[in-house]
Amino acid sequence: MDKILLEIKGVSKNFGGFTALDGVSIAIAGGERFGLIGPNGSGKTTLINCVAGSLRNDAGSIVFDGEEMSRLPAYQRTRRGIARSFQIPRPFASMSVLENLMVPLEYVAHRGLVVTGKTEAQAQDEAMAILRDIGLAGKAAAPSNRLSQVELRKLELARAMAARPRLLISDEAMAGLSSNEVSEVLEILFKLNAAGITIIMIEHIMQAVMKFSRRVVCLDAGQIICEGTPAEIVANVGVQMAYLGA
Amino acid sequence: MKFWASAGLVFSLAVIAAAIVKNEYYFFAGYTVLMFVVLATAWNILGGYVGYVNFGTPAFFGLGAYTAAVLFKATAAPLALQILAAAAMSGLLGFAAGLLTLRLRGIFFAIATIALVVIIETLINNWRYAGGATGLQLLRPPPTAPFESYVKMLFVLMAALAVAAVAIARYIERSWIGRGLRAIRDSEEAAECSGVPTLRLKVFACTVSGALMGAGGATMPMYLSFIEPASTFNLNYAIGALASPMIGGTAGYLGPVIGAILLSTVQQVVTVTISSEMNVMVVGVLLVVFVVAAPEGILGLIRKWTRSSSR
Amino acid sequence: MVFSFDLLLEAVVFGILLGCFYAAVSIGLSVSFGLLDVPHIAHPAIMVFGSYCTFVLGRYGFDPIVAGVVLMPAFFVLGMGVYRFYYEAFERRGSDAGVRGIAFFFGLALIIEVGLILAFGVDQRSVEAAYIGKSLSIGEMRVPLRFLVAFGVALVLMTALTLYLSKTFTGRAIKAVAQDEAALRLMGANPVRIKQWAFGIATAVAALAGALLIIVGPVEPGLDRVYIGRTFSVVVLAGLGSMTGTLAAGLILGISESIVLMHFGASWAPAVSFGLLLIVLGIRPQGLFGR
Repeated sequence: MDKILLEIKGVSKNFGGFTALDGVSIAIAGGERFGLIGPNGSGKTTLINCVAGSLRNDAGSIVFDGEEMSRLPAYQRTRRGIARSFQIPRPFASMSVLENLMVPLEYVAHRGLVVTGKTEAQAQDEAMAILRDIGLAGKAAAPSNRLSQVELRKLELARAMAARPRLLISDEAMAGLSSNEVSEVLEILFKLNAAGITIIMIEHIMQAVMKFSRRVVCLDAGQIICEGTPAEIVANVGVQMAYLGA
Repeated sequence: MKFWASAGLVFSLAVIAAAIVKNEYYFFAGYTVLMFVVLATAWNILGGYVGYVNFGTPAFFGLGAYTAAVLFKATAAPLALQILAAAAMSGLLGFAAGLLTLRLRGIFFAIATIALVVIIETLINNWRYAGGATGLQLLRPPPTAPFESYVKMLFVLMAALAVAAVAIARYIERSWIGRGLRAIRDSEEAAECSGVPTLRLKVFACTVSGALMGAGGATMPMYLSFIEPASTFNLNYAIGALASPMIGGTAGYLGPVIGAILLSTVQQVVTVTISSEMNVMVVGVLLVVFVVAAPEGILGLIRKWTRSSSR
Repeated sequence: MVFSFDLLLEAVVFGILLGCFYAAVSIGLSVSFGLLDVPHIAHPAIMVFGSYCTFVLGRYGFDPIVAGVVLMPAFFVLGMGVYRFYYEAFERRGSDAGVRGIAFFFGLALIIEVGLILAFGVDQRSVEAAYIGKSLSIGEMRVPLRFLVAFGVALVLMTALTLYLSKTFTGRAIKAVAQDEAALRLMGANPVRIKQWAFGIATAVAALAGALLIIVGPVEPGLDRVYIGRTFSVVVLAGLGSMTGTLAAGLILGISESIVLMHFGASWAPAVSFGLLLIVLGIRPQGLFGR
């Protein structure tokens, strides 16, 4: 197996009196396709927020490529190669689809003290290439607040891709999509992984998770209740109970 | 290129006017209008581009004015140096205030800016070297050649400042910096996760905004030959700087210019014909009406009309 | 600066009275801004408007406290209307609403302030009552009676509001909507209606606070500006959403201001509330009891 890219060790997060994450530990290898499942409120998005830096973990460590991330602000983690999409899409609504992608391109891939006219043109080209890859090229100039649901989801992924990540966290990118649309998004994720990007997929759509992931972890009430291959997870009684209720 | 041609034209007109027009009243009025263009443009860098409302324009403006005045009193420094010093001090204030409060939500920043005005005004009120509450008289040096009238010189200087301010705002807006600022405004969390150093950019915008406001205030003491706290830290500057972009349009660099010119004109007309209180009422009503009914300001309205008429 | 224990004690006692008054004046904002998240910069202006209404009623022989109570229903309706307008114009539309919402209330405050100037002029106005002008001797100190009256009414007001929010159904619904609007919707309650009601209550409280304001001292149209500092520093220091914190924060502000006033003079007093606000925002933005 490849080297460990992301090591989450004993991560805990509290909100007031409520414990959202309780000593979660996961190790993810480079190039892996990793699935994260669990009922609503189990802490999946909180965990993602802690990894990406939108939240600070109260305890534990998050080591990415040998470097401790817990103290770093989110933008620094993105610059080191962690990208995420949002469960409820958050496009930069005042900008076009293309401009949405230029932000991560200019602030991560091409960052430097002075971004010149040349880099702007290059960023535009790269943005167009990503849009073509993902099937949104026709909408490049469209205002991002006028997209359909699946287009918004694709934009979320495209924007994460524009940060040229080594680790991409996809947070329920397929929720509410038709089965055709789910296949479209799945195909994009497979392609990204084939290109070498490690992917953590959070999903409720079991078919997608099982098809995509090589390993799956199930979270419930802030703790890991099961870890293994898709087949093992599905057969696990604890997982079944977590989803169906005790 | 079109921008620089227009800007050059505007500045040339200002210089020509200074050479030809005799009636000094126009230059007093023009100076005031141009000053509000600077303040409105500066305000919009933080308010329009990033989405943080600043009620404390008088603090930055006033600090710039007092920096210039005190510098002049202490060293008889030339205007150019006064302006630079004023910009530096107010920029520093913007930096410090931004660092302290821009990590919080917009409303907290807004209230903190009100606090800045009160605190700085209180400090100046108790500073005898700067004249305290009674104020400071300043003796104008003669105008530098080729200007014969001090006011005309200030007018042309303010025109140059206005062009500079708009150019800076335009550059920020169209560059990757502006894109980052808009990303923060649209969704700060997504911006942060896209690699945008949100706090740094916000503080940068606040620093630039503050510096420009300081520069806008630097020539005030020489304009009046006098400076005192109550009128320097006047609420009108806060209102003008905020209402001009909100009415003119916050999305681009022209909105604050249009808004400032419009509001200054309205201000002159209403104050002279009715009363200065009525002027504030008119501005307040305009502000509410535009904010509710025409959120994209006059620029937005113009855009809508041209779009629908071209069909 | 002469340091005397007696002077300090007098400052503290006065500060307690003042602080309780500040708490009462801020508690409406604790609801509208602390609980409902509305950037209600116009709250002090509405309160000053309430002071002027009290003044007008005073001309007809109303005792100011009675006037304040009488005004409450009208202000309640006014508050509901303001919130409804704010909701339709801003909260519904999302994204850019932050800047525009704040600008809206700023414009509203301006309109109210100038309206008062046009109607009443810039001179100070005050009311008369049996308890205004007299002082009570407590030990060696002379305490103006009107401050004691304001103190009493303030305590009653805050107790009533705190009880309302924790004991009645609508009161608890208001607290619930502040914490989890989605859950409330799932329970079948209409969050907009509840917020509207809460805003109405906050505005009604502002009316009574305005009456207290004119009892405590003369008012003039620009008074809302210094009270923006006082009310927001109390609400922020208390911690958004904390009613009990408001009293504690009010006392802290009152005592600080009183001490500064007595030892450094009136020219430094306005800076106290704003200075306190900046310190809180810098060090502990969630306040003392914030959620």
